[in-house]
Amino acid sequence: MLRANQRHFKFDWITIILFLLLVGFGFLNILSASHIGEITSYFDTDQLYGKHMMFIGLTLVLIVLILSVEAKFYEQFASVIYVVAMLALVGLFIFGKEVNGARSWYGIGSMTIQPSEFAKFATALAVARYMSDLQTNMQTIKDQIRVAAIIFTPALLILLQNDAGSTIVYLSFFFVFYREGLQQVYLTIALSLIILAVIGLKFGILITAIVVAVIIFTFYFSRKKKRGALIQHITVLVACVLFSYGVKLFYDHALQPHQQNRISLWLRLEKDPAKLERMKKVEAYNLIQSEHAISSGGLKGKGFLQGTRTTGKFVPEQHTDYIFSTVGEEWGFMGTSFVVLLFVMLIIRILYLAEAQKSQFSRVYGYGVASILFVHFTINIGMVMGLIPTIGIPLPFFSYGGSGLWGFTILLFIFVKLDSNKINEW
Amino acid sequence: MRKLLLLTTVILVGLVFIARLFYLQVYDNSAYNIFEDIAIKKEYNYPKRGYVYDRNGQLLVANQPSYDVMVIPREVTPLDSLEINEFCNLLKITREDYDKKLKKATNYSPRLPSPFVPQLSKKDYAVLQEKMRKFEGFYIQKRSLRSYQTTIGANVLGDIGEVNRSIIEKQPYYKLGDLIGNQGVEKTYEDVLRGVKGIKFIQKDRFNKNIGPYKEGIYDTLPKPGKDITITIDAELQAYGELLMKHKRGGIVAIDPNNGEILAMVTGPSYNPNDLVGRNRSKNYTKLHYDTIAKPLYDRGLLAQYAPGSPFKVMNALIGLQEGVVDVNDTYTCRMGYYYGSRKLTGCHHHSNPTNMNWGISQSCNGYFVNVYRKIIDKYDDAGEGMNVWANHAKSFGLGNFLNNDLSVGRKGRIPDGDYYDRAYGDNRWGSTYIVSNAIGQGEVETTPIQLANMTAAIANRGYYYTPHIIKNIEGDTIPKKYTTPKYTTIDKENFEPVVQGMFDVYNYGTAVHLKVPGIDICGKTGTAENFIKIDSVKTQLTDHSIFVAFAPKDNPKIAIAIFVENGYWGGRFAGKMASLMIEKYINGNITRTDLEDWILTHSLENEYKKPYSGEPFQINRGSQLQVIDNYAVELPDTSDLKL
Repeated sequence: MLRANQRHFKFDWITIILFLLLVGFGFLNILSASHIGEITSYFDTDQLYGKHMMFIGLTLVLIVLILSVEAKFYEQFASVIYVVAMLALVGLFIFGKEVNGARSWYGIGSMTIQPSEFAKFATALAVARYMSDLQTNMQTIKDQIRVAAIIFTPALLILLQNDAGSTIVYLSFFFVFYREGLQQVYLTIALSLIILAVIGLKFGILITAIVVAVIIFTFYFSRKKKRGALIQHITVLVACVLFSYGVKLFYDHALQPHQQNRISLWLRLEKDPAKLERMKKVEAYNLIQSEHAISSGGLKGKGFLQGTRTTGKFVPEQHTDYIFSTVGEEWGFMGTSFVVLLFVMLIIRILYLAEAQKSQFSRVYGYGVASILFVHFTINIGMVMGLIPTIGIPLPFFSYGGSGLWGFTILLFIFVKLDSNKINEW
Repeated sequence: MRKLLLLTTVILVGLVFIARLFYLQVYDNSAYNIFEDIAIKKEYNYPKRGYVYDRNGQLLVANQPSYDVMVIPREVTPLDSLEINEFCNLLKITREDYDKKLKKATNYSPRLPSPFVPQLSKKDYAVLQEKMRKFEGFYIQKRSLRSYQTTIGANVLGDIGEVNRSIIEKQPYYKLGDLIGNQGVEKTYEDVLRGVKGIKFIQKDRFNKNIGPYKEGIYDTLPKPGKDITITIDAELQAYGELLMKHKRGGIVAIDPNNGEILAMVTGPSYNPNDLVGRNRSKNYTKLHYDTIAKPLYDRGLLAQYAPGSPFKVMNALIGLQEGVVDVNDTYTCRMGYYYGSRKLTGCHHHSNPTNMNWGISQSCNGYFVNVYRKIIDKYDDAGEGMNVWANHAKSFGLGNFLNNDLSVGRKGRIPDGDYYDRAYGDNRWGSTYIVSNAIGQGEVETTPIQLANMTAAIANRGYYYTPHIIKNIEGDTIPKKYTTPKYTTIDKENFEPVVQGMFDVYNYGTAVHLKVPGIDICGKTGTAENFIKIDSVKTQLTDHSIFVAFAPKDNPKIAIAIFVENGYWGGRFAGKMASLMIEKYINGNITRTDLEDWILTHSLENEYKKPYSGEPFQINRGSQLQVIDNYAVELPDTSDLKL
């Protein structure tokens, strides 16, 4: 009896409930952030929240479709899906529509579709497919280059369309590679480079060089065997200094002015008070409004539809990338910590399920899902609270937008389907 | 291990986020303040400020509408120079003023309203109102200004002015541009007169457009009008006192002994309260404020702390009787002063001898009171103890401390006690002979006119007084109990009679014999107080102050008065005449002693006040010359508006 029951309810209900809570709570906040005038009907498609309600409705249809397809399909057709997605990205250069300076949309009538949102699950499928191949060994340089090619192809295409935010998301696959056997040294190097870049920008080349030199020589003199190692250590030191100099050059010459400003605000690099004041009014306007909106919420918030900054539309893009500030203002600390907990629980649940998979394909895919959700969650909420520089990517399941919602739903529910199929696999 | 990297990172990020959110939302911002929310516009609706009436129901202070042009710098749209010129012409300011005012407002706050041009006239307002829509970021705030129905009582009524930043910081009720009582009853009864302003919260969008009331107006409030008050001042008496005080400096305080109500409170020089209303307010206020010689803003009736002089002798008589050290019939011989051994401690003027108490008071004999005073102090083994007993008696008349009443300013005065002289001379290194000046109200004793008036009221009542106060009635409210509860002095009732008789005889055959008013039994006491100032750090004596206290009638008194005229020489010369006139005016309503009135109105002390600043050597007292105003009628204000 119990067995039959388990079979009958084979989808992971915890994941589905967390998903529904996020989408539902997200809708309430989009309603608050986007309504103009009185709310007559939740289905009023003249208003953004009405459109989002329609997206949610279509999402449910999509879920049924995804779950009714045979699980094997996703593994077998992973490469095809990936190629189609890449072609869709390439097609943007010819048929794409430019919105806010990024050429990331296809226009179909009054609707727009953002293929980069769908490229994420396609890439996750392709990565899982390649890595689950018996021939693949993540310890070898050859395979490392190949998986890198899989993720950097969409990343590059998206970067060329001037959507730097979405590009960063593809770095999330690093977690997947590491889980599947990428050497420890990559992690060490990646962390060191991030720290080097930040220190170099914040404190300048000279201080960076001194700090690195102290660390490296402390390490050198604490070693017992010194023979021959000195040259190596000096090489590392020079490399570090060159790297931080390179970052500085990159910051000064390669970044666009708005990107420079975001980093400058984050690291508080600007010292000229007049310019800082101007930056606060222009470049940091969104951030400051959103921080104020969040902190004005207090413990319990001002109440649903009662946020003064939300109602007054003080935070631009509040229904999309800045939706979390609505949660902060209207639902207070109770609401924000609830959302953070929902995300943390969802990601942990996916990780747990991924580890329980019998097939490597499902496990790698699950890891990919968790990593993508995690990076979105971290960057979006971190940005809205001013913890990391402004990077415009949506909050999964929460932000307004059809492409985003569908992209994440497909991403998640393919895994739910794969997970439900694990008893059939050996 | 590899499984744990993402898991631990997720948990770590979750914890960091929750900590940051806790800091932002709970720790850093425990209370959301709607007043600091830029998304909510606050619209104030100012209530009517309460009216002020005199004791007879005459309206003294009413309201008139005023229109302030306010600015919110952030919302000002850039105007071209033609538009700015038009705006400046409408406001009657120059282009430089415009830039300066806008900069000042921006410095205060770009997003909070600041007054741009305060207090437009009704005419300017009418013209401007039509065109106001063109100038975004500017709006007109209607307020209520005071409209004085009289030209007198500036020190009593006070004025209202814009709040400054330190007031805003201490009392968040007030916002920049709000008005607050500045002096007089406007200050002490601010809370009553002001009412409570109404507020409307309006939700704005980020283009600063109104999008309706915030939360359907549940936080909005209606203005609560201020309450009218009736003050104890008799406007007619006050006006008459101010008339008498013209061309003199000094103070008059008249009190009704039956209830402590202040009937008149005159300071000279004063000013027209209408000078501090409207657009000239700031200019006029500055002028008054910086007149550091005549000090028109200094209420001499309340603040002029000087040696009381001879009126204080009656205090020593009362204490002497109470302590039992002197009998009414005890006599002393005064040889033009008081001698201690061969040393003359204090001088006196010529009068017949020997002196008993009645003669001592009526002739104002210095020698007599030094004897009495020394007996009081020396009654006790220790001079310090004697001094303390003496001081306690004096303090029971409300001297030596704040009266703790409803006037906006005041001073403590000074009644020295044992400790005071222990500090000055060293412990027990002094005796009664060191401090005999207190016997005649010189020395260390200092009082203000209102304290002297109150002391006189206590004598008139034969032993008690009501705290002098200015409030008679508050619309729909009662006045505090402390003003209706008598305060008893430490002197027994029967000890007052001989003193009152002495004061009565001041008029019968004493120092004020020529100041009698037919039909009114006045009791009084003259005073003459030496005074000094520093000119180029040299202590220089000026002509004596003229002082007088009186009450009338002798039985069932209706008025107690203290008058003090700076450098008026002897008590009967200025203060005494003015006291008689004030009493007659109050009790009879008309003046029969027109000779006294003429003399006071035609004599000026302006020359006397100029002397110390002339830079030349000058003579005082006997050597000073009185200034006579020939054509004084021209100088008089139109008295028709003094009456109802």
